Amino acid sequence: MKRKIDSIIEAIIFVCGILSIIFVALIFGFLLKEGFAFFKEFGVIGFITGDLWYPTSDPPKFGILPLIIGSLFVTAGACVIAVPIGVMSALYISEVAPKGVRDVLKSFVELMAAIPSVVIGFVGMVTLVPLVRTIFDIPTGLTAFSGSIMLAFMAMPTIITISEDAIRSVPWSYKEGALALGATKWQTLHRIVLRAAMPGIIAAIMLGIGRVVGETMAVMMITGNAAQIPYSIFEPVRTMTATIAAEMGETVRGGMHYRSLFAIGLVLFLITFIVNFTADLFLGKTKK
Amino acid sequence: MRFLKISFILFLSVVFFSCSRSSEKGGAHTVSMQIKGSDTIVNLIQVWAERVVENNPSYNIGVTGGGSGTGFAALINKTCDIAMSSREIEEKETAMAEEKGVTPVEYMIGLDGLAILINKDNPVNELTLEQLRDIFMAKITNWREIGGENKKIVILSRESNSGTHMFFKEHVLRHNDKKSKDEFAPRALLMPSSQAIYDEVSQNPHALGYVGMGYINDNVKAVSVAADENSEYFYPNPHNVMTGKYPISRPLYLYTSGEPEGVVKEFIDYALSEEGQRIVLETDFVPIAAR
Repeated sequence: MKRKIDSIIEAIIFVCGILSIIFVALIFGFLLKEGFAFFKEFGVIGFITGDLWYPTSDPPKFGILPLIIGSLFVTAGACVIAVPIGVMSALYISEVAPKGVRDVLKSFVELMAAIPSVVIGFVGMVTLVPLVRTIFDIPTGLTAFSGSIMLAFMAMPTIITISEDAIRSVPWSYKEGALALGATKWQTLHRIVLRAAMPGIIAAIMLGIGRVVGETMAVMMITGNAAQIPYSIFEPVRTMTATIAAEMGETVRGGMHYRSLFAIGLVLFLITFIVNFTADLFLGKTKK
Repeated sequence: MRFLKISFILFLSVVFFSCSRSSEKGGAHTVSMQIKGSDTIVNLIQVWAERVVENNPSYNIGVTGGGSGTGFAALINKTCDIAMSSREIEEKETAMAEEKGVTPVEYMIGLDGLAILINKDNPVNELTLEQLRDIFMAKITNWREIGGENKKIVILSRESNSGTHMFFKEHVLRHNDKKSKDEFAPRALLMPSSQAIYDEVSQNPHALGYVGMGYINDNVKAVSVAADENSEYFYPNPHNVMTGKYPISRPLYLYTSGEPEGVVKEFIDYALSEEGQRIVLETDFVPIAAR
């Protein structure tokens, strides 16, 4: 009886495991099919280097360069803000903070991760956007910069929790050795602990970037969605994700516009793939 | 094992209760209908839907926005029964519908004036259609050129799935010229909803955007618009739209798939009834009978 249950459960678990692979393969296949159907008609180069996005115009213009640059600006901005704060905060939580403070901090970081992105977008729209406009004296607060700040909030919990794990798993003997050699606490932290935990911290940063690149709702609400090539981070931008989300509803299945959105999805997929791949390469190198 | 048993019982009870709940509500007698499309008239349609359901509680009517284009796409993809729209269906869309075996039938249900909203601290009061066109195509980029402060104009437009976006483009940017290829400037901000345009205008003194007349209130300012330099300026209110004096007004439509029957027909009949048209006026639009 027990054996039987065992094997049944094993079979169920096996199917579940395989299912996720099947789903990913199906999704990727669907993206490829629709994306390639688009590229066949429109061409890849014109799609990626075109600087005008007028999908419903006649004839339509499908240039996603402004969208790629928009996504890049928002992501880069969010990283510049979230990475130093996130890593420092992980260092503080795992190495410096007394136990009481650490527990409170940890639970708040976890709470931060649980805030839905619509809420972050809404709060940003009402509070941050007017603030950015008045502080920097720019025409509108709906800019890549506002998006970066709000997205940094969303990337921070990921970066903090995973880096903290990495820092905490640095063996005690490393620290003891450093302290025994007469290093100060700060020297131990940044020369030994940070260096030893680096692969984990980079993995944390990459996962944070992954979250930022794919984020949709919050950026759609606060970056202004103007499909222009921005010359500074204080200009409105339109990201790839926001474009797909905003325009998916209006397209008719099988049409050019519909396919162009899948082509954007393919580009997005490629970008996240490259991010993950370079992270993997880097991780492999540091481990040796 | 115990966990498995408990979860199985939980699962069964969930299934059981959800079944019993739906049969309580009328089970097989419930008639449901989906309405999708224009954000501009979603509130009006919602009121109609509530009234129709009040009269006949076994009906189940779902109303969702998303933009006129979204409504047509749903009608063509057969995921809604009625598409609400703030523009006429395009030839391209009719062709695609017929390809999929759907024949869109049009009902005009009212009129709407498009208001040009600016911040209430902005000194500008009047604009001509030509000036509006130049603003949205980024030929006029500074408020100084039209009698305001020396500040850059922040142009707010709707996303391209919005009927308001299409109407504004065709009527103001292209002067109803089918051959024109004029487009909104790339630097126009495409906002996800009329509410988002209203929010930005109410807090940004240099923003300008277009929304349905229903959005005008004391926190923002609507500009009076003239057809050209030599014409009189008219403020967007129901009277000026009704008499055709306000230059940016448009008809509002419902589209059904084929000749309506059953609950769909009942809904359309209610919309065109005297009571339905009174609600049009109450929600700040202009009834059709008035024209």
